[in-house]
Amino acid sequence: MKTLKLVPANTAIGFIRHRTIAMSLSLALVIASIGVFLANGLNFGIDFRGGTLIEASAESAVNLSELRGRLGALNLGEVQIQEFGKNTDVLIRIAEATGATDARNNLSAVERVRGELARDFDVRRVEIVGPQVSAELIQTGLMAVVAAIASMLIYIWFRFEWQFSVGAVLALVHDVALTIGLFALLQLDFNLSILAAILTIVGYSMNDTVVVYDRVRENLRKYKKMDLSELLNIAINETLSRTVMTSVTTMLALLALYVLGGEVIRGFTFAMIWGVIVGTYSSIFIASPLLMLLGVKRDWSGTQVN
Amino acid sequence: MLHFSNFKVTGIALLMLVGVLFALPNFMREETRLALPGFIPSGTLNLGLDLQGGSHLLLSVDTDSVQRERLDDLTSDIRLALRGERIGYSGLSRIDNGVSVTIRDAADMEKATTALQNLAQPVSGSVLTSFEQRVDLNVENTQGQIFVLRASEDAIAASNTRTVQQSIEIIRRRVDELGTTEPTIQRQGEKRILVQVPGLDDPERLKALLGQTAKMNFHLVDQTISGYEVADGKRPLAGSRLVYTDTEPAVPYIIRRRAIVSGERLVDASVGFDPQTNAPEVNFRFDTLGGRKFGEVTQANIGRPFAIVLDEKVISAPIIQSAILGGSGRITGNFSVEEANDLAILLRAGALPAPMSILEERTVGPGLGADSVAAGRIALIVGFFAVIAFMVVSYSLFGIFANVALIANLLLIMAVLSGLQATLTLPGIAGIVLTVGMAVDANVLIFERIREELALDKNPIIAIDMGYSRALSTIFDANVTTFLAAIILFQLGSGPIRGFAITLAIGIVTSVFTAFVLTRLFVSLWLRRQGRPETLPI
Repeated sequence: MKTLKLVPANTAIGFIRHRTIAMSLSLALVIASIGVFLANGLNFGIDFRGGTLIEASAESAVNLSELRGRLGALNLGEVQIQEFGKNTDVLIRIAEATGATDARNNLSAVERVRGELARDFDVRRVEIVGPQVSAELIQTGLMAVVAAIASMLIYIWFRFEWQFSVGAVLALVHDVALTIGLFALLQLDFNLSILAAILTIVGYSMNDTVVVYDRVRENLRKYKKMDLSELLNIAINETLSRTVMTSVTTMLALLALYVLGGEVIRGFTFAMIWGVIVGTYSSIFIASPLLMLLGVKRDWSGTQVN
Repeated sequence: MLHFSNFKVTGIALLMLVGVLFALPNFMREETRLALPGFIPSGTLNLGLDLQGGSHLLLSVDTDSVQRERLDDLTSDIRLALRGERIGYSGLSRIDNGVSVTIRDAADMEKATTALQNLAQPVSGSVLTSFEQRVDLNVENTQGQIFVLRASEDAIAASNTRTVQQSIEIIRRRVDELGTTEPTIQRQGEKRILVQVPGLDDPERLKALLGQTAKMNFHLVDQTISGYEVADGKRPLAGSRLVYTDTEPAVPYIIRRRAIVSGERLVDASVGFDPQTNAPEVNFRFDTLGGRKFGEVTQANIGRPFAIVLDEKVISAPIIQSAILGGSGRITGNFSVEEANDLAILLRAGALPAPMSILEERTVGPGLGADSVAAGRIALIVGFFAVIAFMVVSYSLFGIFANVALIANLLLIMAVLSGLQATLTLPGIAGIVLTVGMAVDANVLIFERIREELALDKNPIIAIDMGYSRALSTIFDANVTTFLAAIILFQLGSGPIRGFAITLAIGIVTSVFTAFVLTRLFVSLWLRRQGRPETLPI
């Protein structure tokens, strides 16, 4: 039986030769991401900003401006209303009342919105996050991302050499920066599940990078005299088929989730899809070429193959 | 790599059997499941609140208010102690987090030290009691004749624990009155309480019930001055104070500070209806002591009003028509039936030891939960078949091996989740779908390696053997990194995110097992039947 091969058996694509282009592109994108982030900021969801979120569903298409008028009449301060997946569903966000110290101050706001909506809407979800909790979530969120990257740094250092761990971590920082940049650019809701997606991307991208690095290490033992750029290029090409296969299967699962998994996790899936693309790209075009810049120990004769 | 002893094969088969056993209850009907004999696992996946609908509330107990009350008590204890010993003092006052007092006469210092130190009591419930006796009060004499008394850290910690535990008990009683199934109420951190109530129709009512301290006291109304005059700035008599009604507009009342009877003396409360007007009312009953006290005071004050004060609001201020001797009474006010019912619940459950605030609420309606389950299921099925088809197209027979392993993988995830009674959330389902995509990775690594070895014109059996052994370290390293990410996610996580981290972590372990052990077993069995194949269907 003839099998499908997305990547031909013996590729010799000059990934390393084009490293300057790839690195410049990535550097530009990372700088652009930081720029967009500084200019636009992230559209933090209530998890990180505090406030109230209400998802409601109507029988027929919602007239947003009419609903805006109705809720505006309640004098709740800043109220955002947007369509949510379908034109019968809306997402209502109410900013936390200023100076409030607990979520109780919002209770009456929720009650009033509920009262207003009761006539023609079914309230499907209510989330209220007080400022104390949102501040903690920001803190633990940042700590988690830093801890994840640091633990990878240490693990790779332990299993490989410091150059590998620096290269892998720079690739991770690249992936995280581009993901945050995209969310800042599109002003998509940045909430706790997006943070979870970023951590998963960190894991996934690392997984990809480790596979290539593992082959680099193996080749370092095998070809003691080979030019480093050629050696890296061979390692990338040898693992290319696997890299593409795994990205495709993961992408198939993610696309199914994105299209069919419902509106609640669409943001999460979107971030993951982007992360898989960026993570795959960075494993090939960033992580390995970085080894060229950092230099690698060439004498691996003392180390054993596991 | 390709040799499996019979012992190993039996072990793997047994493990899979256990997996199937644990996963099976999820596919059974409720009656069948409950009829299973005890030794067969019957637990199913627990759906998280985001999938079955319900409310998640994070409450913060204001333990500081208890500490403040404690310092007030301490202030009067100090006054009594010093007076009892006839020690002159001045400047007795609350400071930052303690009480300060100055002794007038230097000659009294020694006596004062003893008197004040006698106020300290051993801390009950402290873990570290064996070596040194811990006391609840630190008496310091830092400068001149000034004493500063502070609650010790042990005392504060013990008191906070007690406050939170009492609060949990009261919350449990209140939530139980709502008649929902299996609410979870647990302490989180030092002074927070997490309340999770599945399948609740009206979270506002839950919040209303939890948001009230429900301290109810009965006070006589001071009629020497009108409430409006005090509200305009006049001072009431010492021993009286101003409170308002909870009505709109609020009516001011002057009440005697000292309560006739406190709410702690209530033993029962229920909803009733006024026989004349048919308006809802709350009937209550005191214990013996409370009833006697109430009887005495009402007998002495016929014709005068008294106020029923709930959380510093007057909810009713009736005129005493006759002595109320039976120890029971009723509160009439402008209640709706539900309000009367809730008040009765609150009075029955008792007052919270400290006020609480709601830090976080997440409520999902049952409709959205069911939609999420349906959407997650469809996404899982479609993603699963897409991956399976792609694997067969890419690796033919070996792809089928990988797919069987994938199915086994899903079963094992389900088995572990059911066995651990872990909670499946919507992000958890996403984690499973993602695992489906990533689980084949280990097999892809191995298969690609086998292809490479075959390309070097190696004998198929050697190629397979090399493929497995060479891919092992890569698989290990690559999965450890993802596993680390999952652990950190779990640490970070609240509810749904934790669900994701758990499924991801379990998925990593099971996928490595199924890829490296199960498919290898299939390949080995297949090779045994084939003898020495010339080419491999890969």
